[in-house]
Amino acid sequence: MNTIVVKLIAQRLALGILLLLAVSVLIFAGTQILPGDVAQSILGQSATPEALANLRREMGLNDPAWQRYLSWLGGLLQGDLGTALSNGQDIADSLGGRVANTFFLAFWTAVVAVPLAILLGLVAVRYQNRWPDKVISGSTLTAISLPEFFIGYLLIYLFAVKLGWLPSVSTVYDGMPFIDRMRAIALPGATLTLIILAHMMRMTRAAILNVMQSAYIETAELKGLGGLKIIWRHAFPNSVAPVVNVVMLNLAFLVVGVVVVEVIFVYPGMGQYLIDHVAKRDVPVVQACGLIFAAVYIGLNIVADVVSILSNPRLRHPK
Amino acid sequence: MKLRNIPVTALIGLALTTFFVIAAVFAPWIAPYSMSETVGEMWASSSATHLMGTDNLGRDLFSRMLFGARTTMMIASLATVVAFTLGSVLGILAAVLGGWVDQLMSRGIDLLMSIPTLIFALVVLSVMPSTITVLILVMGILDSTRVYRLARAVAVDINVQDFVEAARLRGEGRAWIVFREVLPNALSPLVAELGLRFIFAVLFLSSLSFLGLGVQPPEADWGSMVRENRQGIVFGVPAALIPAAAIALLAISVNLVADWILRRTTDLKGGRGG
Repeated sequence: MNTIVVKLIAQRLALGILLLLAVSVLIFAGTQILPGDVAQSILGQSATPEALANLRREMGLNDPAWQRYLSWLGGLLQGDLGTALSNGQDIADSLGGRVANTFFLAFWTAVVAVPLAILLGLVAVRYQNRWPDKVISGSTLTAISLPEFFIGYLLIYLFAVKLGWLPSVSTVYDGMPFIDRMRAIALPGATLTLIILAHMMRMTRAAILNVMQSAYIETAELKGLGGLKIIWRHAFPNSVAPVVNVVMLNLAFLVVGVVVVEVIFVYPGMGQYLIDHVAKRDVPVVQACGLIFAAVYIGLNIVADVVSILSNPRLRHPK
Repeated sequence: MKLRNIPVTALIGLALTTFFVIAAVFAPWIAPYSMSETVGEMWASSSATHLMGTDNLGRDLFSRMLFGARTTMMIASLATVVAFTLGSVLGILAAVLGGWVDQLMSRGIDLLMSIPTLIFALVVLSVMPSTITVLILVMGILDSTRVYRLARAVAVDINVQDFVEAARLRGEGRAWIVFREVLPNALSPLVAELGLRFIFAVLFLSSLSFLGLGVQPPEADWGSMVRENRQGIVFGVPAALIPAAAIALLAISVNLVADWILRRTTDLKGGRGG
C-alpha cells in the first residue's frame, strides 16, 4: 500500500460523501419545492383552510425550506429519521427489521447470482460464437426485456400454485427458523437472480473478451495451453477489475429491483414499506427510504471504483 | 434496402411491433366490448365470446388489453419523445458550448443519475399526482439523462470536425451549429438508441402502474392490469400473466429491431443511406 493509493481512495470516498450530500438536497428539494402542497395532499381537496393552516404549522411547513432541510439533515446524522405522518411511528424503528429483511434477500440472491453469472460468462467466452455462447447471448436479450412481475408471477404460478412446492407469499417473521426463511425467499430470490443474471453475464463476457485480445493471451495459446485454462489463469485475473465493476453495478441494480419484487411476493422489506408510504403520500418516510436506497447505490459504486484502483496499478499514476 | 438482407430475428421483431401498433391504433374498432362494461363472471376462462377470459371485475380482458396497448404505448412514446428532445438538444448544446456550461450541466446530470431512476420517480410521485402528463414528464426528464450522455459524447467528436469549424468561421450562430451541423450527424447513433429508450419507458411505466403509482383507474395500461388481476394467480387464474406477457413480448420485439439497427450502424460506418 503506498500513499498514492490511500490518497486516491480517500478522494473517492470524499467525493462519495459529497455526492450523498447533494443527493439529500435533491431528494429534499424534490418533495418540497415541486408544485403541490404536502398538507393539501394529506388532507385532500376538501380540507378546510383552518385544518390546512394547522397541519402546515404542525409540520413546520411555514419555516423557510433551507431551515427545514438543515433540521432534517441534522436529525439524519444522529440516526433520527423522523416520524411517519400516516401513523406517527418512529421511522427508524419501523425500518430496522425491514432493512435487515431486504439485505437478507439481496445477500442470498448475490451469493447465488454472482458466481453463476461469472461462470456462464466464462463458458460463453470459451465457446465464443458457438452454440453455448449463442444460447447465452440470445437469452440475455430476452431476459433484459422481461418485466420483474412477469418472471415473478410466472414462478408463483408454476412453483407455488401448480406444483405446490414453495409458498406464494414470502412471509418472514422474527425468530423464524433459517430453513423456513430460505424457503420463503426461494421464489423472490430466483426472480431477482433471473433479472440480474443476464445483464451480469453479458457484461462479464464483454470484459473477458476484451482481455482475450491481448498479446499475452496469444502467447499462452501458442504455448499450447487449453481453452478454459487460458481463461482461468491468464484472462480472468486481468479482468477482475472490470468484472468486479460489473458485479457492483448489478448489485446496485438489485437494490432497486428489490422494490418491485418485494411487492410481488408481499415480502416485508424496505421496498414494500417505501411503496406503501408513497401511496399514502407520507413524505418523511419516502425521503428516508429514498435516501437509504440512494446511499446503498452510491456506496456500491464507490466500492467498484476502489476495487478498480486497487487491482489496476496503472490507475495509481494518473497522467 | 432489400427485405431479404434483414435478419430473421429483426423481421420477427418488426412484424410483432407492427402488430402491437395496429392493435393499439385500431383498438376501438377491433375491441368487441368497451373498456369498463361488465360482461360476465369474474375471472372466467377463455371462451368464444371472451378470447382471453374476463378480469377481476368480469370485464372482457381482450378488449381491455387492446385499450391498454393504447395507453401503454402512447405514454411510453411521448415520454421517449420528451427524453430525446430534451436529452439530445441539451447534450449537443453542452458539447458545442463547452467550458463551464458543459461542466455545470454534466455534473448536474451525474447527480440525477446517482439516484436510481425508480426511487427518484417514487420520491417525486409521493408529492405529485399520478396524472398522465406528470407521468410523461417525470419519465421523460429522468430518461433524458441517458440520452444526454450519449448525445454529448457523440457531439463532442463531431464538434471538432472541419465542417463544423467551417460553419463557425462562416459566422453561423449557435442554433445553426446545433441543429444544422451537429444534430444531423449525431442522428444515426441516437436513432439506434431510440428503441432501447422506448423499451425502458414501457418497462418503467409498467412497473410504476404495477406498484399502483402509474396510470390510475378508470384508465388502465398493461401494468395496472397486472396489478388488478394479481390476486387471481394464487387461485390458479393466470389472467395477470396475459398483460405481463404482452409487455414482455412488446419489449422483446422492439429489442430485436433495435439490436439490428444498432449492429447496422456500427457495422457500416457512415452507411446511413444503405
